[in-house]
Amino acid sequence: MDRVDPTAVQSVISIAGLTKTYASGLQALKRVDLEIRRGEIFALLGPNGAGKTTLISIVCGIVTPTSGQVLVDGHDILREYRATRSRIGLVPQELHTDMFETVWGTVRFSRGLFGLAPNAAHLEKVLRDLSLWEKRNDKIMTLSGGMKRRVLIAKALAHEPQILFLDEPTAGVDVELRRDMWALVRRLRASGVTIILTTHYIDEAEEMADRIGVVSRGELIVVEEKTALMKKLGKKQLTLHLLEPMTAIPAALADWNLTLNNGGCDLEYTFLSSDEGKAIPALLRRIGELGIGYRDLNTRQSSLEDIFVSLVSERA
Amino acid sequence: MSTITHTRAFNGRGVLAIFRFEMARARRTLWQSLVTPVITTSLYFVVFGAAIGSRMSEVDGVPYGAFIVPGLIMLSLFTESLSNSSFGIYLPRFIGTIYEILSAPISAFEMVLGYVGAAAAKSVILGLVILATATLFVPIRILHPVWMLAFLVLTATTFSLFGFIIGIWAKGFEQLQFVPMLIITPLTFLGGAFYSIDMLPGTWRIFSLFNPVVYLISGFRWSFYGTSDVGVGISLAATLGILALCLALVWWIFRTGYRLKT
Repeated sequence: MDRVDPTAVQSVISIAGLTKTYASGLQALKRVDLEIRRGEIFALLGPNGAGKTTLISIVCGIVTPTSGQVLVDGHDILREYRATRSRIGLVPQELHTDMFETVWGTVRFSRGLFGLAPNAAHLEKVLRDLSLWEKRNDKIMTLSGGMKRRVLIAKALAHEPQILFLDEPTAGVDVELRRDMWALVRRLRASGVTIILTTHYIDEAEEMADRIGVVSRGELIVVEEKTALMKKLGKKQLTLHLLEPMTAIPAALADWNLTLNNGGCDLEYTFLSSDEGKAIPALLRRIGELGIGYRDLNTRQSSLEDIFVSLVSERA
Repeated sequence: MSTITHTRAFNGRGVLAIFRFEMARARRTLWQSLVTPVITTSLYFVVFGAAIGSRMSEVDGVPYGAFIVPGLIMLSLFTESLSNSSFGIYLPRFIGTIYEILSAPISAFEMVLGYVGAAAAKSVILGLVILATATLFVPIRILHPVWMLAFLVLTATTFSLFGFIIGIWAKGFEQLQFVPMLIITPLTFLGGAFYSIDMLPGTWRIFSLFNPVVYLISGFRWSFYGTSDVGVGISLAATLGILALCLALVWWIFRTGYRLKT
């Protein structure tokens, strides 16, 4: 059996050898190991069906793991579920709401369900932070999709969790709400809350997350500091817009990874971020010596999205 | 955010939150929850009590109109406990809000206590309202009020537990209706709600003894008039037996996560 290393105390969540096989035979998670650090924003990236929601659902107690162990703040999620669940807030992907309840009624219910004494001041603060205070007496069914999403966040925050799971929080959300939500996530992080999110908006993970884990077909392919991931796997591209089209790459430039595009008008050089500072000056010197003229040049760095696509296709 | 840890052995506030939520649902649907059964019961009185009952002699020394009161209360108690409880747990499963219940620091026992407790409480209130309605039509005496309440609470709890099981088993609204309509209502009609099974011919009388509802109605009627089709001890044992069976099924559901967790 996989057991979490008890010395890993700085982790707020420790996952060891987590496997989930559904009754249908689908293996949603294959021996996943993951440590979530206290107070960080961790992004789980992966295509649909990769196992992100299964992973979250197991930690929250909605799905039963097949094998492996999960500790939340040192407590086992199965044996000490009261201790682990009371620390966790979950915002699900789908808009699951009680249509006939009022906003105030539903957040009060959530707080009580998690075993906490009523605290109107805290609930008011949560609703105000999410611009829901004016709607507190409205029935949930009368709210827009974006407002319902805010209600789900308010419910998850009603019991003052130390860990917040956001499953695809910005799917189908307008620009304003997305901005509000990220502002809220930053405030929560500043107050010491650990945040784990899944998102398809990779640029946002790039902007928000401290660390990123990439999930594909039930496996955690890579877990890395965001900046390190970008540095390690990020590719750079230099494009020279030539004065005169070229039919073939000169033999003298064979040492560089070059391609001709745009009918021979663009010469493209692809290199790793780590080679930065060495490769370009040498290449440009050589091109100068060969008398190849160019009217413009630009460089571009691969986005997290490019990295993600290349990582996933590499494993496929 | 506070970093307090709040781990107790019993999440009473969680139970109360579910209980209150379910009672609030009943208040929103007051018409459906309370007024409809009362009107239906009154119609039974008009048809069986006044129209037919006036042509019938007494049953076991009790005027026919008064004789059917315990059976009518039981009929409503069965169907309302089942529908309240099955709907109460099926709805969160259907609309997806069950995620919050499953992710809350609440045990299976506490969850059942909240849902089944609320359904049973609603049924007991309904039973008492129907009893009060009945007194408007016929004079009623209750020989053993404590036993009457005990049978009322036990039966409401048993059928609410049964409803909880149906609500977890059901894959659609048709299945939710299936058991109350096709099993419980016929069993109740054939279970001596409107007659004493002594009035049946021999073979049918023996056949009736396999109907568990007979024992529930008989015991409840005994608490009113002191007469019964079967011994009151057997009635009580049958009630407790069905209760134990439902408890065992609920225990199995949570042990296996049947239709609650994947």
